[in-house]
Amino acid sequence: MKYFKEIGAYFLMLGQVFSRPTKPSVMRELIFKEIEELILNSLGIVIFISFFVGGVVSIQTALNINSPLIPEMLVGYATRQSVILEFAPTFISIIMAGKIGSFITSSIGSMRVTEQIDALEVMGINSLNYLVFPKIIALLLYPFIIGMSMFLGIFGGWVASVYGGFTSSTAFIEGVQSDFVSFHLTYAFIKTLVFAFILATVPSFQGYYMKGGALEVGKASTYSFVWTSVIIILANYVITTLLLS
Amino acid sequence: MIRVNQLYKSFGSATILKDINTSFEQGKTNLIIGSSGSGKTVFLKCLLGLFQPEQGEIYYGKQAFSAMTRNQKKDLREHIGMVFQGGALFDSMTVEENVMFPLRMYSNQNQREMLERVNTVLDRVNLQNANKKFPSEISGGMQKRVAIARAIVNNPRYLFCDEPNSGLDPKTSMVIDNLIKEITSEYNMTTIINTHDMNSVMEIGQNIVFLKDGQVAWQGNASNIFDASEQSVIDFVYSSNLFKKIRGIQQQSKGTT
Ligand SMILES: Nc1ncnc2c1ncn2[C@@H]1O[C@H](COP(=O)(O)OP(=O)(O)OP(=O)(O)O)[C@@H](O)[C@H]1O
Ligand SMILES: [Mg+2]
Repeated sequence: MKYFKEIGAYFLMLGQVFSRPTKPSVMRELIFKEIEELILNSLGIVIFISFFVGGVVSIQTALNINSPLIPEMLVGYATRQSVILEFAPTFISIIMAGKIGSFITSSIGSMRVTEQIDALEVMGINSLNYLVFPKIIALLLYPFIIGMSMFLGIFGGWVASVYGGFTSSTAFIEGVQSDFVSFHLTYAFIKTLVFAFILATVPSFQGYYMKGGALEVGKASTYSFVWTSVIIILANYVITTLLLS
Repeated sequence: MIRVNQLYKSFGSATILKDINTSFEQGKTNLIIGSSGSGKTVFLKCLLGLFQPEQGEIYYGKQAFSAMTRNQKKDLREHIGMVFQGGALFDSMTVEENVMFPLRMYSNQNQREMLERVNTVLDRVNLQNANKKFPSEISGGMQKRVAIARAIVNNPRYLFCDEPNSGLDPKTSMVIDNLIKEITSEYNMTTIINTHDMNSVMEIGQNIVFLKDGQVAWQGNASNIFDASEQSVIDFVYSSNLFKKIRGIQQQSKGTT
């Protein structure tokens, strides 16, 4: 019952986010700020994780091939498939639920407890539009992060398998190029956009409607990470069922 | 003018405001006084529409607040300045940006004009050389003054201050009180101030509402508060030793003449 109420409140919030827009000149600035905070500041960790996890995926695949009948190019193929289909869109999004998500919840939550949101409302500003809308727009750039993660993941796989002596460079690249289904990319980017929307709105919801003081801001961030990941994983399941099976 | 009619507000089972009937006059500094926990902040937030009262009505001029459309409320709020008890400064913005914020939202001035206006008000609250600092880098009293500057920068028609001079030294306190009084009459604003500072009461108490346990226990002004016969008002006013002494002297002199 409590969950139904929360889901209802979430959709009501979305209605507010898209109504009574903030003055365009101010909104433009807010969007640039969010792009910096949510997108640019996430690049480092995404680069780091993608490269190394891509490497590990290829090493694992190579180590598990011990029959000479299985072609060497399978390493490249398997790396590409797992990176594009799951690792980059889903795994990175879960990490981002921790990074961007808890940042959003704690920043909005601390504005709530220090009455900054009330201050906006008193000035006649639609605080939900002011706070959440620019985050949604900034996260429209999220697919670029994921695209980059895909590229770096595969690149990391190549580096690890070639320099680790598991496959030859040509075999790996041949694997990466073989049996490419372009719909898989479409599927991955559809997921990514849905996850971006979840990443922008679910943590905002958690922060905006929180009650209490500084201690509760910390709790809300943790809670927000859990919920955002759960919803991403459920959405992943639903989208995969709809698009791939 | 703001008029309040039979206002009730509770949280859960606790009734915080009970049957409040009062009015606040235009061009005057209206004070809401009362001890800590008496419901001053809750009352102010009801007036602003931040809390939804269970019962009663608030009239801005002739218009009932609850009957206003969303757009009417927005129009009204463009003309409201509010100083929150904790300042509520935007901590992602510098002092200058905080004060400029209402101008950026609602005026058509260019950057230079806005900056000029910001510096004028910062000057009036005695705050120079803090423009580029963030709220976390200045003292509590300075934050309070920035909040006051932000509230008055757009010459609001209604000014609400929740304990504007708590945390300020007596001298700055007086400067702020006088500033509020000045601009109130200068722009003919309706100003409502929550306070439990007796200096403010004497200095700017043109209309005083005394709250006790969420009810209006007394209403008057600075010149007749010392003659109030309600015990709760007497207790409040004479809670400081200084005032107790003065009262003693007054009564002695009454006794001898
Ligand atoms: N959001 C809230 N939820 C529940 N109870 C509240 C809430 N806000 C205030 N109260 C209660 O309402 C009562 C009045 O609080 P209020 O903040 O109005 O006091 P105050 O007169 O402003 O006191 P002070 O001078 O200390 O600021 C208190 O008992 C407080 O616990
Ligand atoms: Mg208070």
